[in-house]
Amino acid sequence: MSIRLHNIAKHFGATQALEPIDLDIQEGELVGLLGPSGSGKTTLLRIIAGLENADHTPTPGKILFGERDVTHVHVRDRRIGFVFQHYALFRHMSVYDNVAFGLTVMPRAQRPSAQDIRARVYRLLEMVKLEGFANRYPAQLSGGQQQRVSLARALAVEPDVLLLDEPFGALDAKVRQELRRWLRHLHEEFNFTSVFVTHDQEEALELSDRVVVMSNGRIEQIDTPETLYRSPKNRFVFEFLGDVNYLEGNVHNGTLTCGDAHLTVDLPDGDEELLLRPHEIRLAEQPTPESHLPVTITAISPVGAEVRVELEADWLAKPWLATVRHADFNRLALRRGQRLYAHPRHWRQFSEATENTIAGTHVA
Amino acid sequence: MSHLALRRFGSARVLPGFGLSMGISVLFISLVLLLPITGLFGQLAGLSFAEYWSIITEGRVVASYMVTIGAAAVAALINAAFGLLLAWVLVRYTFPGKRLLDALMDLPFALPTAVAGITLATLYSSNGWMGSWLEALGLPVAQTWVGIALAMAFTSIPFVVRTVQPVLEDMPVEVDEAAMSLGATDGVAFRRVIMPHLWPALVTGTGLAFVRSLGEFGAIIFIAGNMPYETEITALMIFIKLQEYDYVGASAIASVVLFVSLALLLAINVWQGRFVRRLHGGKA
Amino acid sequence: MQRIGDAPLVRRLLIVIAVGLSGLFLLLPLVAIFAQAFSQGVGVFWSNVSDFYTLHAIGLTLGIALLTIPVCLVFGVALAWLVTRFSFPGRRLLQTLIDIPFAVSPVVAGLIYLLLYGRNGWIGGWLDSYDMQLMFSWPGILMVTIFVTCPFVARELIPLMQAQGSREEEAAVTLGASGWTTFRRVTLPNIRWALLYGIILTNARAVGEFGAVSVVSGAIRGQTNTLPLHLEQLYQDYNAVGAFACAALLALIALLTLAAKAGLEWRASRREAFA
Repeated sequence: MSIRLHNIAKHFGATQALEPIDLDIQEGELVGLLGPSGSGKTTLLRIIAGLENADHTPTPGKILFGERDVTHVHVRDRRIGFVFQHYALFRHMSVYDNVAFGLTVMPRAQRPSAQDIRARVYRLLEMVKLEGFANRYPAQLSGGQQQRVSLARALAVEPDVLLLDEPFGALDAKVRQELRRWLRHLHEEFNFTSVFVTHDQEEALELSDRVVVMSNGRIEQIDTPETLYRSPKNRFVFEFLGDVNYLEGNVHNGTLTCGDAHLTVDLPDGDEELLLRPHEIRLAEQPTPESHLPVTITAISPVGAEVRVELEADWLAKPWLATVRHADFNRLALRRGQRLYAHPRHWRQFSEATENTIAGTHVA
Repeated sequence: MSHLALRRFGSARVLPGFGLSMGISVLFISLVLLLPITGLFGQLAGLSFAEYWSIITEGRVVASYMVTIGAAAVAALINAAFGLLLAWVLVRYTFPGKRLLDALMDLPFALPTAVAGITLATLYSSNGWMGSWLEALGLPVAQTWVGIALAMAFTSIPFVVRTVQPVLEDMPVEVDEAAMSLGATDGVAFRRVIMPHLWPALVTGTGLAFVRSLGEFGAIIFIAGNMPYETEITALMIFIKLQEYDYVGASAIASVVLFVSLALLLAINVWQGRFVRRLHGGKA
Repeated sequence: MQRIGDAPLVRRLLIVIAVGLSGLFLLLPLVAIFAQAFSQGVGVFWSNVSDFYTLHAIGLTLGIALLTIPVCLVFGVALAWLVTRFSFPGRRLLQTLIDIPFAVSPVVAGLIYLLLYGRNGWIGGWLDSYDMQLMFSWPGILMVTIFVTCPFVARELIPLMQAQGSREEEAAVTLGASGWTTFRRVTLPNIRWALLYGIILTNARAVGEFGAVSVVSGAIRGQTNTLPLHLEQLYQDYNAVGAFACAALLALIALLTLAAKAGLEWRASRREAFA
C-alpha cells in the first residue's frame, strides 16, 4: 500500500513542528525518517498513524493510503501497525495476550475464531522467535524480546502499513544490529510498506530503501542512501550524515590561504569554508604545489577497518579527523607528535545564499 | 469526539472520552463544589459591610480566631518535626515492626474524627491514662489550648509524613555518597544536601496540615472544653451560631474561614508548582 | 552501602524516638478505644451495639456510604481520565478545584449546603414549595458526604495514571480497540488497585464524617443519626461505654482500611521486585 502525504503541517501552540510537507512512499518501500531531536520526524510518523492530527488551516492537508483517503479516518480504523519507542506493551497481559489483542478486539463479524487467533499468534511468535515465551509477561523479557513482541503485536492485525518510532533506540548496540538485519529480512519477505523514525544515520542508511532527512520541521532531502551520502543537497545533510572537517580561509586568485597553509581551489575570490569527510584526507610526508597543509598527529585510534587519526595545526580552529587504511598507516609509520602534510582528495563547499553545492576533486 | 474541541485546542484527541469525561467532571465540580458556595454569598448579600465587619470582629469570634490559628500553628510546627523524623525513619532504616509503624501513619486519616475526639478527651482527662500523670506534672491538657493543639496534631500528622516520604525515597544513594566522599559529616550533609531537597515537600505537607487543623471540628470539640474566649475554636463558633438559627452570623464567620483556607490552598499549590517545575524542568 | 545517618547510635536513637512517640500518640488512643468499649465486658459491649438506635445508625451510615461510593467512583475516574489523557486550557485549575473539600472545614461544608438547600435557600425554598425537604433528612447527609469524599478516588488515580502515561492506550487504539474496550481491557487492569484503594478511602471517610453531617442531619435518633452522631450523643449523655462501643465499630473499619492499604502496597512492592 503506497502512502501519499500532501501539504501536511503541524503546530503545537505557537511553535511550528512541521512546515507543509509533501511525501510519496511507494508500495513495499522501507523508508527511514532521519533527523535530530526536534526535527519533526516523530510528529510526521504520528500524523501518518493518526495519533496526531495535522493542522486544518490554512489549506487542509491530505493523507492517502493507496487510493484510500485516510485524512479523517481515526487511528483505530486506519489499518496501521505502530511499534512504539518503548514498546508500550500491556504490562498486565502475557505475551500471547498482547499479540492477540488486536484480533480479539475486532468486531464480532470480522473476528477470527479462537483457533484461528491461536494459530496466527503462534505463527507470529514463531516468526519473531519467541514461541516459548507465550505465557511470560513483558516485565520478564529483555528489551530486544519486548521489541519483537511489540512488532508481532503490530503485525497480527495485518496492517496496510507498518510504522516504527525509534524501534531500536532503547537497545544496546549488538542487539540493535541483530534486530536491524532481522527487520530488513522480514520486510523483504512480507513486502509491507514501512516507515521508521531514527536519529541514527547509520541505522537509516543501512536499513532504508530511501531516507527522508529532516530538520526543524522541514524535509531537507529524500534519496536512496547511496545518493544521499554521495551528493547531499545541502550543508545540513552533509553534516548530519557523518564526521566533517572544516577548512576556513581566504581565496585569492584560485588559492585558499589560511595561516601558513594553502590549497589550490577553483573558487571565486572571498572568504570560504570547505567541508571534508575524514576518508577524503590523504596523509603524506611532503607537500605538493597544489596543497600545503602542515599538520601534527595528536591521537591515533587503530580500531576497526581503518585507523582514526586526529590532526591539529595552528591554522585549524578545530582538530581534523582523518581515516587511514591500515596499509598506509604501516607504510607511513604514523605516531603521535609526527608532523605531516594533509592532502584533500575531495572537498565540498555549500554556499548559503544559493544552496548550491560546489565540489572539488584533487587528483592526489 | 467533537470537531469543535479539535479546532479549539488544535491537538488530536486520539483517545476517546474527552467529551464524556469533561462533561461529567465539569458538571460534578459545578454542582457539588462550586454551586453550594454561591449559597454562602447569597446569604451575605443582604448584609452591609459594616454589619459584616462587626460580626466577624466581635470579641468572642476574634478570640476564637486566635485560639484556632495559634493552636494550628503549634500543631503544624510539631508535625513538621515529628513528621520529618517519622518519614526519615520509615525510609532510611529497617527495623522490626516497620511495616506496622508505616501502616499506623494513616490511622488519623482513617479514624473518624469524632472517634479521635472522644478518645483523646478520655485519654487526657484528669482521670485518663495520660491526663492523670500529666496533671500531676502540672501540665493539664484537657480543656486547655494544649488539648486543642494535640487534637489538631493527631488528625494532621499524615500530611507531613506522606508528602515527605516519597521525596526522601526518590533521593538516589549517589547524593549521600557524593556528600560523604567530599568529606561532609552527617550533620552537614543533612543540612546542606538533604534538607534542600526536602524543603518543598516539608513546607507543602506542613501547610496542608495547618489548613486541615484550621477547619478541624470533630476531633477538637470533645477535648477543648469550649470555654468562650479561651478554648472555643472558630468552627465551633459557626456551629453555635447555626444552633441559634443565626444563619447570617454563621455565614459571615464561615466566609472568613472559607476565604483563608482557599487562599492557603492556592498558595500551597502555586508554591508546589514552582518547585515541581524547578526539579523537573518545566513539566509540571 | 553506607548512607547519611547510618551511624548505629544515631540510627537507634531516631528509631526509638519515632517508635516511642508514635506508640504514645497514635497507638495508645487506638488501644484506649477498645479498652473503653470492653471495659464492662463483652456482654455490655454487645448490648450497646445491638441497641435499636445503634443498629439504625449503623444501617443509615452504611447506606449513605453505599450510595456515595458509585458517585465518587464515576466522578473520580472521569476526572482522572480527563486530566491525565488530554491537555486543554484549565486542566491545572480543575486539579486545584478538586482539593477544595480537603481545605474546607467540614462545618463550613455542611453550612453551605444548608444555606443552599435549606428552607431559606434558593433551591431549598423552591423544593419546599413542592413539599420536598433535603436538609435534616438522609438526602442532605448523602449530599454533604459526597462533597467531603469526592476527591479521594481522583487523588489516588491521577498520579498513577500520569506516571503510566497513555502509550498503552494509544497502542490499543492503533490495534483497533474501541474506547470502552481500551478502558476496560488496558486502563482498568492497570489502575484497579489504586481504584480499589480510592474506594476504601472514600468508604472510610463517608462512614466517619462528623462535622458536615452534624450540621445538616438534625440528629434525630432513629431517623437521621449516623453512627458518629449517635456516638456523640451517647458521649454527651455520659454513656461513655456506649459511645466507645460505637467508636470501636468505626475504629474497626479504620483498621480494615489500614490493612487493605498495607496489603495493596505489599502487593505492589512484590510486583516491582518481580519485574
